[in-house]
Amino acid sequence: MSVINELKLARQEQPASCPAEHPMDNFMRMDRMPHIWCPSCGIGVSVNCFAKALEKCKIPLDNIAVVSGIGCSGRVAGYVKVDSFHTTHGRAIPFATGLKLANPKLKVVVFSGDGDIIAIGGNHLINAARRNVDIVVICINNFNYAMTGGQVASTTPEGAVLPTSPYGNFETPFNLPFLTESVGAVYVARWTSLHIYNQTQSMVEALNKPGFSFIEIIAPCPTIYERQQRLGDGLDRLRWYCNNSEIRNDAKTKDVDIQLRNRIIVGKFVDIERPTYIQAMNEHFKKVLGDRYQLYEG
Amino acid sequence: MKADPKGVLTGSHYLDGDHACCEGALAAGCRFVAGYPITPSTEVVERFARRAPLVPGAIFIQMEDELAASIAIQGAVWGGKKAMTVTSGPGYSLMMEHIGLAAMTETPCVFVDVQRGGPSTGLPTLPGQADMMQARWGSHGDYEIIALAPNSPQECFNLMIDAFNLSEQYRVPVMMMMDECVGHMMEKVVIPPADKIEIRPRRFTKLPPNEYLPFKPTQDLVPDMFKAGDGYRLHVTGLTHDYRGYPDMSPEIQEQLVHRLVNKIRFHADEIYHVEETDVRDAEVVVVSYGITSRVSVEAIALAKNQGIKVGMLRLIICWPFPEKRIYELACQGKAMVVAEMNYGQMLLEVERSCRGKTPVLLAGHGGGTVHSVEDIAAKIVEAYKCRS
Repeated sequence: MSVINELKLARQEQPASCPAEHPMDNFMRMDRMPHIWCPSCGIGVSVNCFAKALEKCKIPLDNIAVVSGIGCSGRVAGYVKVDSFHTTHGRAIPFATGLKLANPKLKVVVFSGDGDIIAIGGNHLINAARRNVDIVVICINNFNYAMTGGQVASTTPEGAVLPTSPYGNFETPFNLPFLTESVGAVYVARWTSLHIYNQTQSMVEALNKPGFSFIEIIAPCPTIYERQQRLGDGLDRLRWYCNNSEIRNDAKTKDVDIQLRNRIIVGKFVDIERPTYIQAMNEHFKKVLGDRYQLYEG
Repeated sequence: MKADPKGVLTGSHYLDGDHACCEGALAAGCRFVAGYPITPSTEVVERFARRAPLVPGAIFIQMEDELAASIAIQGAVWGGKKAMTVTSGPGYSLMMEHIGLAAMTETPCVFVDVQRGGPSTGLPTLPGQADMMQARWGSHGDYEIIALAPNSPQECFNLMIDAFNLSEQYRVPVMMMMDECVGHMMEKVVIPPADKIEIRPRRFTKLPPNEYLPFKPTQDLVPDMFKAGDGYRLHVTGLTHDYRGYPDMSPEIQEQLVHRLVNKIRFHADEIYHVEETDVRDAEVVVVSYGITSRVSVEAIALAKNQGIKVGMLRLIICWPFPEKRIYELACQGKAMVVAEMNYGQMLLEVERSCRGKTPVLLAGHGGGTVHSVEDIAAKIVEAYKCRS
C-alpha cells in the first residue's frame, strides 16, 4: 500500500473538522480541497455565489440539501458542507423531487451541468417544472460534455467544433430559458460567470421563491470548449462576456437563443406565481376528500 | 417496533396479489411510492394512489418514467420515508442503474417486479419468471441484494413486510419478485391487527454530527444512517467512497467498500435464507420451485406420487441469497432435483452449482405466457427419478 493511501485510510477515521480559517469554512468541505475544477472554470464562481446567496437568505445550512448528477458540475454536491447527494447521470431532479416531497421543510437545490440536466435529464426537467416541484435548479452551461473530454451537447451552439462534432455542430441547440418557461418554471434567469452580483441575487430570489426555479449560468470551459473554438483562455472569455452580454430583463425568452459568436442576452426573464406541487395537492385533496384528508406536511 | 395502525387495514379481505402487495407495503410503514404504469403491476400503484391521501404522511407520485420513479424513492428515503417503486420487465430493465445506486449508497428501499413474459415488450398481460437473474445481477459492478418470491396474495402481503424489514436491517434494495399470476389472482387475505405486525425501524445513528461517520460499518457490517435535515450535513455518492462518504478512487477503498457491500449479505445469508420444505426428508426427488410455479408443482408432485415416487418440494421464499448449503445437503443425500420455473433455466443454474455434480438436476421450464402443464412437471419428476436410479 502506498504511503498516500495509508494516509487516506488513516484520515477517514477522523471526523471531518477543520479550524475556522477561511470565510468559506462553514460552507465548504475544506478537507476535500483542492477541487477537481480547472483554473478559470466557471463552476467554482457559481459555488461561491451560492454560498453568498445562502448567507444573504439566512437559511440555516442544516435545512439545505444539494443534489447533483454526473459531470464537472455534478461534483458540486461533494464540496458543499450541507446534506448533499451525488446521484446518477441526469437524475438529480427526480431524486430532489423525492427528497423534497419526503421532507418539505428542506430547501432542495439541484446543482448540475447542461449535459446532465438538459440532455440525459431533459424529461425530468420538463416534468418537474410542469409539476412546479419546489426546488431550485442551477444549471451550469458550458456548452459541452467537459468531464468526458468535450463532446458535443444539446446546448452546443451551431458551428462549434468538438471531438464528436469534428466538422462543426449542425444541430440546433436548446434555448434553456425558452424551454423552462414554456413548461411552467415560475422563475427563470440567465447570467454568465462574470455576473457575480446578478447571479447571487437570482439565487437569493430563487431560494425565497416557492416553486420550480431555473437559473442558467453561462460558464467558461477554457480547457476544452474555449480552446477548441479558439476563444482564448478563461480571462479572455470573461472579457468577451463583459463586452458581449446584454442585460435585458424584459426579453422574450424565445429571442434569447445563443449563437457561437453573437451577443448573449442575460437577465431575469420569468418571475410568476403558481401553486407548488404540494400546495396544489393539499388544496385538491382537501376539496375532494374534505375532513378525511389531513394536510400533507411530510 | 409495532406497525403504525394508520396504514394497517386489519381484517379479512378478498384481494388480488397486487392489491395485497400494496397493503403489505402500507402495513410495513411505506409512506412514499413513486411509480410508472406498466402491466401487470399497475394495480399496486393504483391502490396506493387511492389509499395514500387517507393515510397521514403518505404520498404517491406518478413519475415521468421508471428511471425517475426508481430514484425519487431514494430521495424520499434520505428524506426520512420508507419507500418503494413497482414495475414489470421493461420498466425493471430501466431501473437497473438505480438498483446499483441504492446498493452503493446503502439506501433501504423496495423494488416490486410483477414479472411478465419477456424479453423486451414480450407478453405484457401474461406471466413469466425470467427476471430472476436480472434481479441478482442486473446492475453493473459487484453488489448483493435480497429477493423474495410470493406464491399467493396472502404471501404478497406478508412478504412485503419482510421485504421492508430486511431492507432496513441490511440497508440494501430488496426485490419483490412477483409474477403476473400471483399479482392478478384473487384469494382471501387476512391482515392482522397492527400490534401483531413487527416492523424494523430505520437504523438511525445515535452519534452526534462530530463523531458520526456515515459509511463506517457497525458490528454487523452495516452502517447506521442519517437523514437530510438533521444537521449532519454529510455527503452521499455513487462514487466509491470512504467512511466519511467522500469519493476515493484508490483500490484500497474500493476493497473496503465493495467487499463489505457483498459481505454484509453473504455473512448473514444463514439468517436471511427462507425456504419452505414439504416431504423432503424421505424424498427421492425434490422439486425446487417458487412463485406461481410452486403451486402447479404441488399438483405435479401428487401425480408423481401416484406412480409410487417419493417426491418432496423445496419452495424458495427468499431466492437471493440462494440457499446453497441446504441444496447441497439434499444433493449429498442422493435426492434428484427438478427445478420448475417459468424460464429456460435461471435458478436452475444456482441449483446445479449448489449440487456440485452430486445428483442429477433437471429443468422443467418454459418461456412464460401461461403456467406449466402439470403433466410436464410430473414427467420431469419421473425422468429425474429414473436418472437417479
